[in-house]
Amino acid sequence: MLDYLLSFLILTGAIFTFIGSLGLVRLKDFYTRLHGPTKATTLGVGCLLIASTVYFSTRDAGVSLHEILITLFLLITAPVSAHMLAKAALHIEIPSLAKIPENKVSEYKKTRSEVVKQAGRQEVNPSSTETVKPDV
Amino acid sequence: MLEIVILIALALVAAAVAMSFWRLLIGPSVPDRILALDTLYINTIAMLMLLGIHIGSALFFEAALLIALMGFIGTVALSKYLLRGDIIE
Amino acid sequence: MGRLLPHPLLTPILAIVWLLLTNSFDPGQIVMGLLLGWAIPLISIRFWPEKVYIYKPLTLLRYSFLLLFDIIMANFTVARLVLGNPDRIQPAFVVMPLDLTSDLAISLLANSITLTPGTLSAQLSLDRKYLLIHAFNETDTKALVAEIKNRYESPLKEIFEKC
Repeated sequence: MLDYLLSFLILTGAIFTFIGSLGLVRLKDFYTRLHGPTKATTLGVGCLLIASTVYFSTRDAGVSLHEILITLFLLITAPVSAHMLAKAALHIEIPSLAKIPENKVSEYKKTRSEVVKQAGRQEVNPSSTETVKPDV
Repeated sequence: MLEIVILIALALVAAAVAMSFWRLLIGPSVPDRILALDTLYINTIAMLMLLGIHIGSALFFEAALLIALMGFIGTVALSKYLLRGDIIE
Repeated sequence: MGRLLPHPLLTPILAIVWLLLTNSFDPGQIVMGLLLGWAIPLISIRFWPEKVYIYKPLTLLRYSFLLLFDIIMANFTVARLVLGNPDRIQPAFVVMPLDLTSDLAISLLANSITLTPGTLSAQLSLDRKYLLIHAFNETDTKALVAEIKNRYESPLKEIFEKC
Protein backbone atom coordinates (compact mmCIF):
# COMPACT_ATOMS: atom_id res chain seq x y z
CA MET A 1 0.00 0.00 0.00
CA LEU A 2 2.72 2.39 1.07
CA ASP A 3 4.74 1.36 -1.95
CA TYR A 4 1.88 2.35 -4.24
CA LEU A 5 1.52 5.76 -2.60
CA LEU A 6 5.27 6.38 -2.82
CA SER A 7 5.42 5.25 -6.44
CA PHE A 8 2.49 7.51 -7.32
CA LEU A 9 4.08 10.54 -5.65
CA ILE A 10 7.49 9.90 -7.21
CA LEU A 11 6.10 9.38 -10.69
CA THR A 12 3.87 12.46 -10.51
CA GLY A 13 6.79 14.55 -9.27
CA ALA A 14 9.14 13.31 -11.96
CA ILE A 15 6.57 13.81 -14.73
CA PHE A 16 5.85 17.38 -13.65
CA THR A 17 9.55 18.18 -13.40
CA PHE A 18 9.94 16.75 -16.90
CA ILE A 19 7.01 18.80 -18.25
CA GLY A 20 8.44 21.98 -16.72
CA SER A 21 11.68 21.54 -18.63
CA LEU A 22 9.81 20.42 -21.74
CA GLY A 23 8.01 23.77 -21.66
CA LEU A 24 11.39 25.45 -21.51
CA VAL A 25 12.33 23.84 -24.81
CA ARG A 26 9.01 23.84 -26.66
CA LEU A 27 7.43 27.24 -26.05
CA LYS A 28 7.98 30.13 -28.39
CA ASP A 29 8.82 33.28 -26.48
CA PHE A 30 10.54 34.10 -23.22
CA TYR A 31 7.48 35.17 -21.24
CA THR A 32 5.54 31.98 -21.93
CA ARG A 33 8.65 29.93 -21.21
CA LEU A 34 8.72 31.58 -17.80
CA HIS A 35 5.43 29.86 -16.92
CA GLY A 36 6.65 26.29 -17.36
CA PRO A 37 9.47 26.03 -14.81
CA THR A 38 7.88 28.23 -12.15
CA LYS A 39 4.63 26.30 -12.04
CA ALA A 40 5.32 22.76 -13.09
CA THR A 41 8.51 22.37 -11.13
CA THR A 42 7.09 23.62 -7.84
CA LEU A 43 4.51 20.83 -7.79
CA GLY A 44 6.99 18.36 -9.26
CA VAL A 45 9.66 18.95 -6.63
CA GLY A 46 6.91 19.30 -3.99
CA CYS A 47 5.64 15.79 -4.76
CA LEU A 48 9.16 14.36 -4.68
CA LEU A 49 9.89 16.02 -1.34
CA ILE A 50 6.64 14.72 0.17
CA ALA A 51 7.55 11.25 -1.10
CA SER A 52 10.93 11.61 0.58
CA THR A 53 9.25 12.70 3.84
CA VAL A 54 6.91 9.70 3.77
CA TYR A 55 9.73 7.31 2.92
CA PHE A 56 12.10 8.40 5.68
CA SER A 57 9.30 8.77 8.26
CA THR A 58 8.14 5.20 7.77
CA ARG A 59 11.57 3.63 7.34
CA ASP A 60 13.16 4.92 10.52
CA ALA A 61 11.53 5.28 13.90
CA GLY A 62 11.00 9.03 14.18
CA VAL A 63 9.19 11.36 11.84
CA SER A 64 11.36 13.20 9.36
CA LEU A 65 9.73 16.41 8.30
CA HIS A 66 12.66 18.55 7.26
CA GLU A 67 12.04 18.14 3.53
CA ILE A 68 8.93 20.28 4.05
CA LEU A 69 11.31 23.17 4.66
CA ILE A 70 12.60 22.93 1.08
CA THR A 71 9.04 22.71 -0.27
CA LEU A 72 8.02 25.84 1.62
CA PHE A 73 11.18 27.63 0.56
CA LEU A 74 10.60 26.78 -3.10
CA LEU A 75 6.95 27.83 -2.91
CA ILE A 76 8.03 31.22 -1.57
CA THR A 77 11.04 31.81 -3.80
CA ALA A 78 9.88 30.48 -7.18
CA PRO A 79 7.39 33.35 -7.76
CA VAL A 80 9.94 35.90 -6.59
CA SER A 81 12.60 34.77 -9.01
CA ALA A 82 10.02 34.58 -11.81
CA HIS A 83 8.94 38.14 -11.03
CA MET A 84 12.54 39.36 -11.06
CA LEU A 85 13.23 37.61 -14.37
CA ALA A 86 10.09 39.05 -15.97
CA LYS A 87 11.04 42.50 -14.74
CA ALA A 88 14.56 42.17 -16.10
CA ALA A 89 13.25 40.88 -19.43
CA LEU A 90 10.84 43.81 -19.73
CA HIS A 91 13.66 46.17 -18.88
CA ILE A 92 16.00 44.98 -21.62
CA GLU A 93 13.04 44.65 -24.00
CA ILE A 94 12.97 41.00 -24.85
CA PRO A 95 10.52 40.57 -27.76
CA SER A 96 7.19 39.00 -26.86
CA LEU A 97 4.36 37.29 -28.70
CA ALA A 98 1.90 39.41 -26.75
CA LYS A 99 1.75 43.15 -27.05
CA ILE A 100 3.64 44.82 -24.22
CA PRO A 101 1.76 47.85 -22.83
CA GLU A 102 4.06 50.61 -24.03
CA ASN A 103 3.54 53.18 -21.30
CA LYS A 104 4.17 50.54 -18.66
CA VAL A 105 7.70 49.89 -19.80
CA SER A 106 8.54 53.47 -20.60
CA GLU A 107 7.20 54.54 -17.22
CA TYR A 108 9.71 52.34 -15.48
CA LYS A 109 12.54 53.55 -17.68
CA LYS A 110 11.66 57.19 -17.24
CA THR A 111 11.49 57.06 -13.48
CA ARG A 112 14.67 55.02 -13.38
CA SER A 113 16.61 57.61 -15.36
CA GLU A 114 15.16 60.28 -13.11
CA VAL A 115 16.30 58.38 -10.05
CA VAL A 116 19.78 58.05 -11.53
CA LYS A 117 19.85 61.76 -12.36
CA GLN A 118 18.76 62.65 -8.87
CA ALA A 119 21.38 60.36 -7.36
CA GLY A 120 23.95 62.33 -9.33
CA ARG A 121 22.69 65.48 -7.63
CA GLN A 122 22.92 63.87 -4.18
CA GLU A 123 19.21 63.97 -3.48
CA VAL A 124 17.81 60.49 -3.81
CA ASN A 125 14.10 60.39 -3.14
CA PRO A 126 12.52 57.69 -5.31
CA SER A 127 9.18 57.83 -3.49
CA SER A 128 8.53 61.35 -4.70
CA THR A 129 9.22 60.72 -8.38
CA GLU A 130 6.13 61.25 -10.45
CA THR A 131 4.94 58.27 -12.39
CA VAL A 132 2.92 58.25 -15.58
CA LYS A 133 -0.44 56.62 -15.07
CA PRO A 134 -1.12 53.92 -17.62
CA ASP A 135 -4.56 53.78 -19.18
CA VAL A 136 -6.33 50.67 -18.04
CA MET B 1 8.34 -2.00 -7.56
CA LEU B 2 9.67 1.11 -5.86
CA GLU B 3 13.14 0.48 -7.29
CA ILE B 4 11.86 0.43 -10.86
CA VAL B 5 9.74 3.53 -10.31
CA ILE B 6 12.73 5.41 -8.90
CA LEU B 7 14.82 4.43 -11.90
CA ILE B 8 12.11 5.65 -14.30
CA ALA B 9 11.78 8.89 -12.35
CA LEU B 10 15.56 9.37 -12.41
CA ALA B 11 15.52 8.93 -16.18
CA LEU B 12 12.74 11.53 -16.51
CA VAL B 13 14.57 14.04 -14.32
CA ALA B 14 17.79 13.41 -16.23
CA ALA B 15 15.93 14.19 -19.45
CA ALA B 16 14.67 17.40 -17.80
CA VAL B 17 18.24 18.34 -16.91
CA ALA B 18 19.32 17.69 -20.50
CA MET B 19 16.54 19.92 -21.85
CA SER B 20 17.44 22.72 -19.45
CA PHE B 21 21.02 22.42 -20.64
CA TRP B 22 19.85 22.68 -24.23
CA ARG B 23 18.06 25.93 -23.41
CA LEU B 24 21.13 27.14 -21.53
CA LEU B 25 23.24 26.54 -24.63
CA ILE B 26 20.99 27.93 -27.36
CA GLY B 27 18.93 30.42 -25.31
CA PRO B 28 18.60 33.43 -27.60
CA SER B 29 18.64 36.00 -24.80
CA VAL B 30 20.33 36.38 -21.42
CA PRO B 31 17.11 36.00 -19.33
CA ASP B 32 16.48 32.72 -21.14
CA ARG B 33 19.82 31.45 -19.92
CA ILE B 34 19.15 32.63 -16.36
CA LEU B 35 15.78 30.87 -16.46
CA ALA B 36 17.47 27.70 -17.69
CA LEU B 37 19.95 27.92 -14.80
CA ASP B 38 17.09 28.38 -12.33
CA THR B 39 15.35 25.31 -13.75
CA LEU B 40 18.60 23.39 -13.50
CA TYR B 41 18.80 24.16 -9.78
CA ILE B 42 15.27 22.89 -9.24
CA ASN B 43 15.92 19.77 -11.33
CA THR B 44 19.05 19.11 -9.31
CA ILE B 45 17.04 19.27 -6.08
CA ALA B 46 14.59 16.74 -7.53
CA MET B 47 17.46 14.48 -8.55
CA LEU B 48 19.13 14.68 -5.13
CA MET B 49 15.89 13.76 -3.38
CA LEU B 50 15.41 10.80 -5.71
CA LEU B 51 18.99 9.66 -5.14
CA GLY B 52 18.42 10.00 -1.41
CA ILE B 53 15.45 7.63 -1.56
CA HIS B 54 17.32 5.30 -3.91
CA ILE B 55 20.39 4.99 -1.71
CA GLY B 56 18.37 5.26 1.50
CA SER B 57 20.41 8.06 2.99
CA ALA B 58 18.96 11.25 4.47
CA LEU B 59 22.28 13.06 4.05
CA PHE B 60 21.27 14.67 0.77
CA PHE B 61 18.84 16.98 2.54
CA GLU B 62 21.48 19.56 3.46
CA ALA B 63 22.86 19.64 -0.06
CA ALA B 64 19.36 20.13 -1.49
CA LEU B 65 18.59 22.93 0.96
CA LEU B 66 21.85 24.70 0.13
CA ILE B 67 21.21 24.37 -3.60
CA ALA B 68 17.73 25.84 -3.11
CA LEU B 69 19.14 28.80 -1.15
CA MET B 70 22.06 29.49 -3.47
CA GLY B 71 19.95 28.99 -6.58
CA PHE B 72 17.45 31.58 -5.47
CA ILE B 73 20.13 34.08 -4.54
CA GLY B 74 21.95 33.46 -7.82
CA THR B 75 18.82 33.99 -9.91
CA VAL B 76 17.89 37.18 -8.10
CA ALA B 77 21.44 38.53 -8.30
CA LEU B 78 21.66 37.85 -12.04
CA SER B 79 18.25 39.46 -12.71
CA LYS B 80 19.26 42.41 -10.59
CA TYR B 81 22.41 42.72 -12.65
CA LEU B 82 20.37 42.84 -15.86
CA LEU B 83 18.00 45.35 -14.31
CA ARG B 84 20.53 47.80 -12.89
CA GLY B 85 23.92 46.87 -14.25
CA ASP B 86 24.94 46.44 -10.64
CA ILE B 87 24.16 43.89 -7.93
CA ILE B 88 24.73 45.72 -4.66
CA GLU B 89 23.70 49.34 -4.70
CA MET C 1 5.15 43.68 24.31
CA GLY C 2 6.46 46.35 21.95
CA ARG C 3 10.14 46.55 22.88
CA LEU C 4 10.71 43.05 24.20
CA LEU C 5 8.85 41.16 21.48
CA PRO C 6 8.95 43.44 18.46
CA HIS C 7 7.56 41.01 15.91
CA PRO C 8 5.14 38.55 17.57
CA LEU C 9 4.37 36.66 14.37
CA LEU C 10 7.99 35.99 13.50
CA THR C 11 8.78 34.20 16.76
CA PRO C 12 6.64 31.05 16.24
CA ILE C 13 7.56 30.93 12.55
CA LEU C 14 11.29 30.99 13.33
CA ALA C 15 10.82 28.41 16.09
CA ILE C 16 9.04 26.05 13.68
CA VAL C 17 11.71 26.56 11.02
CA TRP C 18 14.39 25.74 13.58
CA LEU C 19 12.56 22.57 14.64
CA LEU C 20 12.22 21.48 11.00
CA LEU C 21 15.87 22.26 10.33
CA THR C 22 17.17 20.19 13.23
CA ASN C 23 14.53 17.56 12.47
CA SER C 24 13.81 16.73 16.09
CA PHE C 25 11.16 17.71 18.60
CA ASP C 26 13.19 17.41 21.80
CA PRO C 27 12.23 19.86 24.55
CA GLY C 28 15.74 21.27 24.33
CA GLN C 29 15.35 22.06 20.65
CA ILE C 30 11.95 23.67 21.28
CA VAL C 31 13.51 25.98 23.89
CA MET C 32 16.38 26.75 21.50
CA GLY C 33 13.92 27.52 18.72
CA LEU C 34 11.88 29.86 20.90
CA LEU C 35 15.09 31.56 22.06
CA LEU C 36 16.20 32.10 18.47
CA GLY C 37 12.70 33.23 17.54
CA TRP C 38 12.94 35.81 20.28
CA ALA C 39 16.51 36.97 19.57
CA ILE C 40 16.48 37.21 15.78
CA PRO C 41 13.58 39.71 15.54
CA LEU C 42 15.26 41.84 18.23
CA ILE C 43 18.43 42.05 16.17
CA SER C 44 16.79 42.42 12.77
CA ILE C 45 13.90 44.68 13.70
CA ARG C 46 15.25 47.46 11.49
CA PHE C 47 14.57 45.32 8.41
CA TRP C 48 10.89 45.04 9.29
CA PRO C 49 9.61 48.58 9.12
CA GLU C 50 6.00 47.57 8.61
CA LYS C 51 3.86 46.28 11.47
CA VAL C 52 1.98 43.15 10.50
CA TYR C 53 -1.43 42.39 11.91
CA ILE C 54 -3.66 39.54 10.89
CA TYR C 55 -7.21 40.71 11.33
CA LYS C 56 -8.93 37.50 10.29
CA PRO C 57 -6.89 34.33 10.93
CA LEU C 58 -9.70 32.06 9.75
CA THR C 59 -9.85 33.77 6.38
CA LEU C 60 -6.08 33.33 6.13
CA LEU C 61 -6.47 29.59 6.73
CA ARG C 62 -9.20 29.31 4.11
CA TYR C 63 -7.10 31.37 1.70
CA SER C 64 -4.13 29.01 2.14
CA PHE C 65 -6.24 25.97 1.26
CA LEU C 66 -7.73 27.76 -1.74
CA LEU C 67 -4.21 28.65 -2.86
CA LEU C 68 -2.97 25.09 -2.44
CA PHE C 69 -5.87 23.76 -4.50
CA ASP C 70 -5.28 26.40 -7.18
CA ILE C 71 -1.56 25.58 -7.35
CA ILE C 72 -2.37 21.95 -8.10
CA MET C 73 -4.93 22.97 -10.72
CA ALA C 74 -2.41 25.43 -12.22
CA ASN C 75 0.08 22.65 -12.73
CA PHE C 76 -2.40 20.57 -14.69
CA THR C 77 -3.43 23.58 -16.79
CA VAL C 78 0.14 24.47 -17.68
CA ALA C 79 1.04 20.82 -18.30
CA ARG C 80 -1.86 20.50 -20.74
CA LEU C 81 -0.88 23.67 -22.59
CA VAL C 82 2.79 22.67 -22.77
CA LEU C 83 1.93 19.24 -24.17
CA GLY C 84 -0.53 20.74 -26.67
CA ASN C 85 0.31 22.61 -29.81
CA PRO C 86 2.53 25.57 -28.81
CA ASP C 87 1.42 27.60 -31.84
CA ARG C 88 -2.12 27.88 -30.51
CA ILE C 89 -1.14 29.64 -27.28
CA GLN C 90 -2.19 33.28 -27.13
CA PRO C 91 -0.31 35.11 -24.41
CA ALA C 92 -1.38 38.57 -23.30
CA PHE C 93 -0.23 41.33 -20.99
CA VAL C 94 -2.87 42.64 -18.59
CA VAL C 95 -2.65 45.74 -16.43
CA MET C 96 -4.43 45.31 -13.13
CA PRO C 97 -5.19 48.24 -10.80
CA LEU C 98 -4.49 47.39 -7.15
CA ASP C 99 -6.69 48.09 -4.14
CA LEU C 100 -4.15 46.81 -1.63
CA THR C 101 -1.80 49.23 0.06
CA SER C 102 0.42 47.31 2.48
CA ASP C 103 3.68 45.87 1.17
CA LEU C 104 3.11 42.40 2.57
CA ALA C 105 -0.36 42.10 1.03
CA ILE C 106 0.89 43.25 -2.37
CA SER C 107 3.79 40.80 -2.36
CA LEU C 108 1.50 37.97 -1.26
CA LEU C 109 -0.91 38.85 -4.06
CA ALA C 110 1.92 38.89 -6.62
CA ASN C 111 3.14 35.51 -5.35
CA SER C 112 -0.38 34.06 -5.50
CA ILE C 113 -0.86 35.32 -9.04
CA THR C 114 2.37 33.68 -10.15
CA LEU C 115 1.55 30.38 -8.49
CA THR C 116 -2.00 30.10 -9.85
CA PRO C 117 -3.34 29.06 -13.28
CA GLY C 118 -1.85 30.68 -16.34
CA THR C 119 -0.86 34.02 -14.87
CA LEU C 120 2.44 35.53 -13.83
CA SER C 121 3.07 38.87 -12.17
CA ALA C 122 5.64 40.73 -14.22
CA GLN C 123 6.01 44.22 -12.87
CA LEU C 124 4.75 46.52 -10.15
CA SER C 125 4.49 50.18 -11.03
CA LEU C 126 6.63 52.46 -8.88
CA ASP C 127 3.63 54.09 -7.20
CA ARG C 128 2.33 50.61 -6.26
CA LYS C 129 -1.02 51.14 -7.91
CA TYR C 130 -0.78 48.86 -10.93
CA LEU C 131 0.43 45.34 -11.43
CA LEU C 132 1.45 44.09 -14.85
CA ILE C 133 0.34 40.48 -15.36
CA HIS C 134 1.38 38.12 -18.11
CA ALA C 135 -1.39 35.67 -18.97
CA PHE C 136 -0.37 32.38 -20.55
CA ASN C 137 -3.43 31.77 -22.68
CA GLU C 138 -6.11 34.35 -22.28
CA THR C 139 -8.36 36.30 -24.60
CA ASP C 140 -10.83 37.76 -22.12
CA THR C 141 -8.63 40.07 -20.09
CA LYS C 142 -11.46 41.89 -18.29
CA ALA C 143 -12.80 38.63 -16.88
CA LEU C 144 -9.29 37.65 -15.78
CA VAL C 145 -8.83 40.86 -13.79
CA ALA C 146 -12.28 40.46 -12.22
CA GLU C 147 -11.51 36.88 -11.23
CA ILE C 148 -8.18 37.74 -9.64
CA LYS C 149 -9.77 40.61 -7.73
CA ASN C 150 -12.57 38.37 -6.47
CA ARG C 151 -10.59 35.30 -5.70
CA TYR C 152 -7.33 36.59 -4.27
CA GLU C 153 -7.35 40.30 -3.69
CA SER C 154 -10.49 40.68 -1.58
CA PRO C 155 -9.55 37.94 0.94
CA LEU C 156 -6.06 39.44 1.26
CA LYS C 157 -7.57 42.86 1.85
CA GLU C 158 -9.79 41.43 4.55
CA ILE C 159 -6.91 39.64 6.23
CA PHE C 160 -4.24 42.31 6.27
CA GLU C 161 -6.01 45.63 6.08
CA LYS C 162 -8.50 47.28 8.33
CA CYS C 163 -11.56 48.22 6.35
